Amino acid sequence: MTVVQSTSSTTNKVLPHPLNAWYVAGWDHEVTRKPMSRRIANRPVALYRTEDGQVVALADACWHRLAPLSMGKTVGKDGIQCPYHGIVYNSAGRCVSMPAQETINPSATVPSFPIVERYRYVWIWMGDPTLADPDLVPDMHWADDPGWAGDGKVIHAPCNYQLVLDNLMDLTHEEFVHEGSIGNDALSQAGFEVTHTSTTVTLSRWMTDIEAPPVWAGYLRERFPDYRGNVDRWQIITFEAPSTICLDVGVAKAGTGAPEGDRSQGVNGYVLNTVTPETERSSHYFWAFMRNFKLDSQRVTTQTREGVSRIFAQDEEMLVAQQAAIDANPDYEFYNLNIDSGGMWVRRILESMLAAEGRLAASA
Amino acid sequence: MAATNIETWQSATVVEKIPVADGIARIVLIPSLPLKAEPGSHVDLMVEINGEQAKRSYSVVESNHDGTRLVISVMRAPLSRGGSIFMHGLVAGQQLEITQPLQNFPLRVGAQRYILLAGGIGVTAVANMAAVLKRLKADYTLVYVGRSRSAMAYLAELSELHGERLEVHVDDEGSSLKVPELVGRADADTELYMCGPIRLMDAVRRTWVERELDLPNLRYETFGNSGWYDPEEFIVRVPKLDLEVRVPQGRSMLEALEDAGAEMMFDCRKGECGLCEVRITELSGAIDHRDVFYSERQQRLGTKMNCCVSRAVTSATGARSDTNHAGPAVITIGVS
Repeated sequence: MTVVQSTSSTTNKVLPHPLNAWYVAGWDHEVTRKPMSRRIANRPVALYRTEDGQVVALADACWHRLAPLSMGKTVGKDGIQCPYHGIVYNSAGRCVSMPAQETINPSATVPSFPIVERYRYVWIWMGDPTLADPDLVPDMHWADDPGWAGDGKVIHAPCNYQLVLDNLMDLTHEEFVHEGSIGNDALSQAGFEVTHTSTTVTLSRWMTDIEAPPVWAGYLRERFPDYRGNVDRWQIITFEAPSTICLDVGVAKAGTGAPEGDRSQGVNGYVLNTVTPETERSSHYFWAFMRNFKLDSQRVTTQTREGVSRIFAQDEEMLVAQQAAIDANPDYEFYNLNIDSGGMWVRRILESMLAAEGRLAASA
Repeated sequence: MAATNIETWQSATVVEKIPVADGIARIVLIPSLPLKAEPGSHVDLMVEINGEQAKRSYSVVESNHDGTRLVISVMRAPLSRGGSIFMHGLVAGQQLEITQPLQNFPLRVGAQRYILLAGGIGVTAVANMAAVLKRLKADYTLVYVGRSRSAMAYLAELSELHGERLEVHVDDEGSSLKVPELVGRADADTELYMCGPIRLMDAVRRTWVERELDLPNLRYETFGNSGWYDPEEFIVRVPKLDLEVRVPQGRSMLEALEDAGAEMMFDCRKGECGLCEVRITELSGAIDHRDVFYSERQQRLGTKMNCCVSRAVTSATGARSDTNHAGPAVITIGVS
């Protein structure tokens, strides 16, 4: 268990991850009857479905000699058999068959983790299971709301999850990392507003009467093929602890009332992001792009998914380089800018969650 | 949750020791390396018996949220191996070597229905579970069985906390538990967690099997210290090692053999793993099988025993042996 000393609330470069929280273990389609392995919050987990389709998550190490259960096969209604000596566990992680003896050792269990399947994702709770309240699953309902269409992927990001959250909470990087697609200089010129609660942070930025960046000009033409004028653009970023960030993004014809709430002359997307710590230095980054236009067009779904995928590859390249630089310069601190206020509130919330778990020393 | 059984030893300070029932003391410990104790967990601690260190396990009855305060309860067993006498002699301020909480009896969150069954001092293992199930608003019944009210620790507290979910059976009030009735209330979605004397647990296990309920839904913890008969002194002979060893009332056969210099194979020391199995070649008396490794069929065969917990006794009648028997049981064994 990692405990970091915080001398000021602002200087932790990267943070350990809270354990008492729901993280995405996988896309719903990734988990099947054939067991798979994924390391989540530093622990290898075996994931599979029962005959009834329920997702099961067990520690991926047999009680006996720690052979990975994910290399075994599902047996019976809800069991999984260790590939090494044939010990069978049920979906609660309890041994139900111990070959070569007439009884079952009552201590033979592997940890099982609470699971909730929601919004096309499989959510897992790695901390105290008595606190695993399904109502605490972060809101990502756009992923399976019939009013929205789209798809996403998972990126294996070799960096601490905190760096991904920083990236998403401050979109001024778009001007530099994503020039020519979604970034332009209107971004860093626009002001923004930040609000927070004990578990959420919201950062809103409006850019009115600007030239649409290339990608958004393209989306707008899907709905309004003849429009060539300026746009009002918005980015409303909502963080929900510990690691979900939903970006309400879009553009509307300039001056048609979008900032006042009338988005009827625009196109709207939700970039859904949720980051699952794999280790202290790597993450599973699940993202999806959902849209409220051309709902029945598979072409647009594929094009937007692949387009966002290319954009996120640029982020990934930066995050990998940043993690490497952090590792290579252990004596250097992080300094903060005004644009970091969203990300800094995120750190505050994470630090208070970690402190509540006894995994972060109180600020000096 | 994750069962973790890496023994991390630490010191702990006794801050309180008060009687909570006849012969039962509640002991509050402040550990130096606190770790939250999950329901069902226990600590191992070092006791001193006749100037020698020995390890004992005690369930954690209560733990605050960060584990900085652990409560255990210890019954002074008249025929104990000496650990409970040491524990009852503790005074506030004394230091103990204890492990961080260990887990062999995890409570699974999410079962449809729970029955928690506590027999006597076994209440220490399930009290914490009951508190968690109440907080989770789970469907549970806490069944607490004892010989007399004055010997039942925490009765008032449990009654206050659990109200009608607590069901009390007291032998000397004529309200003894009827095991078939209790198990009859369990269905395929019920998990039963129990800790208590081996007779009680065996009766429940038998009925559970008869009713063809899933065995993995029957959860129990033994610590291997409860038998069908009172422990007696007996003699063990090991021809291969040319040994004849006296096993006193307060010591296990495995310990006595180790004391005599035999190099024994063992692991769990509580009758679960089967590694300390020895072959019985000759016996005058009967075997008190106290393990859960053998099936009933295997125990009846009487050809092998787990020497960490099982013992030899003089009486083979099945009744509790009286103290006026003629001479100790003698067992001859083969070892690996």
